[in-house]
Amino acid sequence: MYLTAEEEKTLEGEYGRSLQKAIEILVALGDIYGADRLIPVKSAQIAGVSYKTMGDAGLEWVSDLEGKVKIPSILNPAGMDITRWKEMGIDPVFAKKQQDIIEAYSKLGIQTKCTCTPYYLEGFDVKLDDHIAWSESSAVSYANSVIGARTNREGGPSALSAALVGKTANYGYHLDEMREPVIAVEVDCNLSGSDYGALGYVIGKTVGSRVPIFYMKNEPSKDEMKSLGAALAASGAVALYHIEGITPEAARNKFTKPDEIIPVERGQIDEVYETNRDILSSEIVTVGCPHCSPEELEKIALLVDGKKLQKEMWVCTAREVAERYPDLVQRIEKSGAKVVCDTCMVVSPATNKYVSITVNSGKALAYVPSMCKVAAKYASIEDCIKEAGVIDED
Amino acid sequence: MKISCRTISRGVAKGEVLLTHDAISFLGNIDPETGEVVEPQHELYGQSIAGKVLVFPHGKGSTVGSYVIYQLFKNNVAPAAMINLESEPIVAVGAIISEIPLVDRLETDPFEILKNGDRVIVNSSDSFVEINTI
Repeated sequence: MYLTAEEEKTLEGEYGRSLQKAIEILVALGDIYGADRLIPVKSAQIAGVSYKTMGDAGLEWVSDLEGKVKIPSILNPAGMDITRWKEMGIDPVFAKKQQDIIEAYSKLGIQTKCTCTPYYLEGFDVKLDDHIAWSESSAVSYANSVIGARTNREGGPSALSAALVGKTANYGYHLDEMREPVIAVEVDCNLSGSDYGALGYVIGKTVGSRVPIFYMKNEPSKDEMKSLGAALAASGAVALYHIEGITPEAARNKFTKPDEIIPVERGQIDEVYETNRDILSSEIVTVGCPHCSPEELEKIALLVDGKKLQKEMWVCTAREVAERYPDLVQRIEKSGAKVVCDTCMVVSPATNKYVSITVNSGKALAYVPSMCKVAAKYASIEDCIKEAGVIDED
Repeated sequence: MKISCRTISRGVAKGEVLLTHDAISFLGNIDPETGEVVEPQHELYGQSIAGKVLVFPHGKGSTVGSYVIYQLFKNNVAPAAMINLESEPIVAVGAIISEIPLVDRLETDPFEILKNGDRVIVNSSDSFVEINTI
């Protein structure tokens, strides 16, 4: 792999040990995947934030690093809402360790905003063909597919290395030839809302880590594409998908239709809504996986206006988004639902205490049963709110 | 005998070879406190990788495995060095952050020329492995 004189110096340790380790990681990954050089990236999103997954070793590693990041960098969701963790029933020992991890990242100049939707935040509004180094699988999918930016699915240490160096190795989804679709998915019915998460959940396993192109009957919104991509990345390992005529690269490039075709029928989507049907009533309802957009918050506010919910309901979003729309947050919380920031039902240990949960996310449906040992049911946003037990106030 | 190889994580270390044909998922297969292989299905079940030159095809499993390698290092039970047929990111990143020399793509198949107990030097700074050094 070609390195500039400056990069060689970094690798030789002239700019300190942390930067040396960081560039060593980038170069090693570049060598493994046959990259020709390092390329500048505009922003980084770093996974490895929840104490649940990092443990003491991860905390120690981040704490040992020195220096400052060179590009705008933020974090993946943490294991709890940073300010309201007590309300979530988080153990104080866990909370202390979680705060230590976030503090360690903060010392490196990383913005301590914990979200899987960096693209809603100021300073992270990436554009078509931008190179970035993001970690969280749904954020990677959204950036690559819906925006047409370019990122591999970085691991925690490699994204942090990219943040410190301001560069990443030029391989994988940074290259044109790796972004071509190799498998087609033909959807023969109209879809709306949570149907897209169900679609991703159903075909992710078959697609695996390949790049699919969808042929759809109707045009999904950006929020619907967000749900589709998140589910594809969770049930499979899809980091980039196209939708014929709709996603920016498919609209620009006129891809040839791949020979391998997966047909999808309405019945397969409907089956997802039948998951754990024998659970008549779940204990908690959670939405916002990935974190809610302002439009989704508004929709939820409209659905719960003038109503009281009987069950626990979490609406997960990025703190910056919640702070931008205090009126929406207030309307949602008036119903008894909680607007939970910095975390979600998948990465927070607060989920583990429940027996059953209802979600509107194909990604959450794929992860909650194995990661939290909680039985999950699938429903549209409207049915999620019904499940939470609506009483009309007016 | 010197064998050339590709450098993944730089450094120099020597130790006794511990060889397995099974891939390793550091999260789940290895106890981070002791360095012992705790997966009953694994060829090295019950053995310790601490201080060894660990020869295995490649890593697998969760990316949290990188942090498990760091934990082994902090607990002084990490391998002295590692040799892969073909390294992948989990083990590569774990080795770099833990300062464990790691090489792959030896010019001769390591499973043909190395056996358990051989003394070797892994010099990944200069990209070679040297066998039978007393």
